Parts: sequence; C-alpha cells; structure tokens
Amino acid sequence: MESNQANPSILCSPEGSQRTLYPYVTGTSVVALKYKDGILMAADMGGSYGSTLRYKSVERMKPIGKHSLLGASGEISDFQELLKYLDELVLYDNMWDDGNSLGPKEIHNYLTRVMYNRRNKFNPLWNSLVLGGVKNGEKYLGMVSMIGVNFEDNHVATGFGNHLARPILRDEWREDLSFEEGVKLLEKCMRVLLYRDRSAVNKLQIAKITGEGITISQPYSLKTFWGFSAFQNPTAGAEGSW
Amino acid sequence: MFRNQYDTDVTTWSPAGRLFQVEYAMEAVKQGSAAIGLRSKTHVVLACVNKANSELSSHQKKIFKVDDHIGVAIAGLTADGRVLSRYMRSECINYNYTYESPLPVGRLVVQLADKAQVCTQRSWKRPYGVGLLVGGLDESGAHLYYNCPSGNYFEYQAFAIGSRSQAAKTYLERRFQSFTDSTREDLIKDALIATRETLQGEKLRSSICTVAVMGVGEAFHILDQDNVQKLIDAFEIVGQDEAPAAEPDAAVPAEQGAPAEGGAGAGADAGAAPEVDVAPMDI
Repeated sequence: MESNQANPSILCSPEGSQRTLYPYVTGTSVVALKYKDGILMAADMGGSYGSTLRYKSVERMKPIGKHSLLGASGEISDFQELLKYLDELVLYDNMWDDGNSLGPKEIHNYLTRVMYNRRNKFNPLWNSLVLGGVKNGEKYLGMVSMIGVNFEDNHVATGFGNHLARPILRDEWREDLSFEEGVKLLEKCMRVLLYRDRSAVNKLQIAKITGEGITISQPYSLKTFWGFSAFQNPTAGAEGSW
Repeated sequence: MFRNQYDTDVTTWSPAGRLFQVEYAMEAVKQGSAAIGLRSKTHVVLACVNKANSELSSHQKKIFKVDDHIGVAIAGLTADGRVLSRYMRSECINYNYTYESPLPVGRLVVQLADKAQVCTQRSWKRPYGVGLLVGGLDESGAHLYYNCPSGNYFEYQAFAIGSRSQAAKTYLERRFQSFTDSTREDLIKDALIATRETLQGEKLRSSICTVAVMGVGEAFHILDQDNVQKLIDAFEIVGQDEAPAAEPDAAVPAEQGAPAEGGAGAGADAGAAPEVDVAPMDI
C-alpha cells in the first residue's frame, strides 16, 4: 500500500503462513454511552473497501446472549468471525441450563483474551470493539482494541469517534441521561462524524440495552445541512496548503 | 477361590447389572475418616475428622481450598483427592482468566463428575477412590455437592461421608430443615456436633478435626485450631444438655477412653456393608 508500510514479502517467506496484514472491508466509528436505564450504542451501516464506500447495509451491532450488546468497527469479516465464536460460547453457556449466564463483564473479558491472543500470534482480529450490557441492574460499558487493550468507561467511541465524539460526550454526558436525551446526544456525535469522517455514511442504527432486553432500531438517516460556507469553499483561508 | 467372577475389570458388568470395581471404589470412601458439609442460604461449612496413620505421624489434610468461593472436603484415598483438588483449582483459575469471574460451583461439579465417570468406562483405568464434598458460592447462592467415584453427583443441604458418617447423617437429617436460615455460628456448631457423632468414644478436640467456612463476603478459609477449640469448649457446655437427647449413645462414650482407631474404622464399614443387593451407586 503506502510506501511507509513494510513490504510483506520481506516479512514472510513464500512458503510461510499469511496473516492479516491489513483490513479489507471496514466499518467506521461506534459510539456508545451509559444512560439512566442502560446502554445506548450507535453505528452507521457503511462498509468501506479501502476508501471506496462499497457496502451500505452492514449491521455492526449485535446482541450477545441476553445481557450484552457488541458493536464493532474495523474489518467486517473479522467481526463476523468473532460473532461465530460468541454464538458458540453463548450456546454452550445456555446448554448448562443451570441459571448461570455470562454477563457483559464476562463477555468483555473473553473478547479481551481473544483479541490479545490473536495479536500474540501476529494475526490480529482487525477490530475495535464496544461491549455494553446490563445484568442484575448493573450497567456495563467497555472497549477492546485490536491488540487487546481494554477499559471500561461511561461513554466510549472507536476510531474517528475517539477524536470527534468523545470531546462532545465529555462535555455533555450525565449519569441520569434519559432515553431521549441519550439518543439526541448520540445523534449529535454521529452527525459530527458524518460531516468530518469520509468513511461515514448517512444510514445508521441505534441500539438500546436495558434490564428489559435489547432492541436495535431500523436504519435511518440524519438531517444534514451542507450550506455552511466552510463546506462550500473548504480551502478558503488555507490557500495552497493542499 | 473365586470370590467374584465379575470384579476383575472396571468395565465388566455382573449379570445383576452391577459394576463391582466401581462399588469397591465407593467402599474406599466409606473407609476414610468422616467428612461433613452443610449449608445455609449464605454460608457453607465443611468439617472433617483427622486420623493419624500412626502414633508417630501427623494426619493428612482432608479439606482443600479450591478458590475463594469453593472448598472441598474428602474421604477415601487422600492421594486421589489431592489430584482432583488440583484439577478443580486449575479449572477455577482458567475460568477466572477467561471471564474474570468465579466459576459456577454446579459447573465445576459436573466437570468433576464427568472426569470420574470416564474412569468407570475405560479398561485401563481405575475409578478414583475418593468421595468429595464440594461446597461453594455463586450467583445462585450457596451449594453443597457430593461427588462419588461412580461419576454420580448430588446436591445436598447437609451431608456426611466416610467412616461412621451414618451417625452424623442421622443428626443432620433431624436438623437440616433449620439450616437454610442458620447463622454462620450455628452452622459451625452443627458441623462440630455432627463431627462429634462420628467419633466412637473419643472426645471431640480441635486436634482431631478441621473446620472450614465460606460465605457471602467471606472467602473460603480453614478455621485455625485455637478458634476451633474455643468453639468446641463453648458448644460443649450447651452440647451437654442437647447431646443425650440428640444421640444417646454418642454422648456417653465421650467420657470413655478412645478405642483403637483402626478397629473403629473397620467397625463402621461392617456396619455399612449389609445392603448387599442394593447397588450403592444410587447411594
């Protein structure tokens, strides 16, 4: 790809095994926050093939068992692989049929182990993951990166969201956000991302998880206004910089 | 010459539908010194009788910590018990590594039972000669299980295994309905009294018993000997009135000198043996 990247042929001998060296189809930011009754999560439905906006209906948020919700940015097929692991995990957990079940904390830790293990094999799953959930009235929201870095927070965002959405969330997030306020705040973040992140598309879903269960909204679009003068002539005042 | 045609191999059925080698393994559990377990809604107490092999030796450890929330008391072949405890410890650690949460007790017990079952179905193996009382806490509350060499497992409110455990079981059967709401202290007291029931003529002393507790907000730990002695002393005063009513022949021999321990063990097994036609697999 770019000249600053190492040439794969130098790293691997011809008969050696191939690892994921770069992602193919990727999804962009996921934004999530805790609110009064649980967790809200938002992600658009774009799938980029390199820089081409190739797919427009990729679901990047999935329920995991009864208590967890997983959102992913990065390589879509790796996300699908992960979902396969998790499906099996949750199925196996259910088959005990003993009243115990994996909660968001357990799933989050499991994901951390999987991601870190894969990076130790120099074959990472190319994703940033957001894991939200509610179990026994306890809200949980955390993140795992491609290399296994993980943390919990009251609001999280992956990719560009980290730069563009988190500052907004830091300013405006409250513990006792209502559902409507939470959605409004997420839409504000997603609108900023839509304007400034070239891989974002204007078709998104919002997912909600509470003690009652998980709902993922139908895809919808945000109202946009492109008439800002900065949008009409982006190079004004920065002549010759590009 | 041939006592039994069908007991040379674990996997050989008798025409009556029994597996003698497996039953012999369960016999080994009865020969071991007693182990007792009981639980309330919030606590599990394990207790055992320690018997030294000889005057010159110390006794073997019979209660093991598996994890902060799980402990086990064994009766039978101590060596097999240690192997299984190590297995349980590693299962707990692995689960904790993957999910950062404690392994549900019921699941560990199933895994343990499956492990024991395999030994009853392979000609080149032998069953474990140990019975385990597995106590633990998880999100569904306090649990007590009995794991048998046959691969069977059962959940109990209270149970006793090992030599002369019948006396303890009799005591527990009379009292178990109140255990659910027992306090931690009452549970320990009942464990000590049940332990006393299994002693033939010997006086209950902290040197011949071990008591372990786990509960909500209380990680598994073995009570130290001084504290156990204090509890015995405290309870014995109360126990004097209760004991004769509870088990007339248990309180009286407490005053007498202790008979030989080996003889005592053999006596218990003879007492437990008679149900010849019942397959002991379903206890």
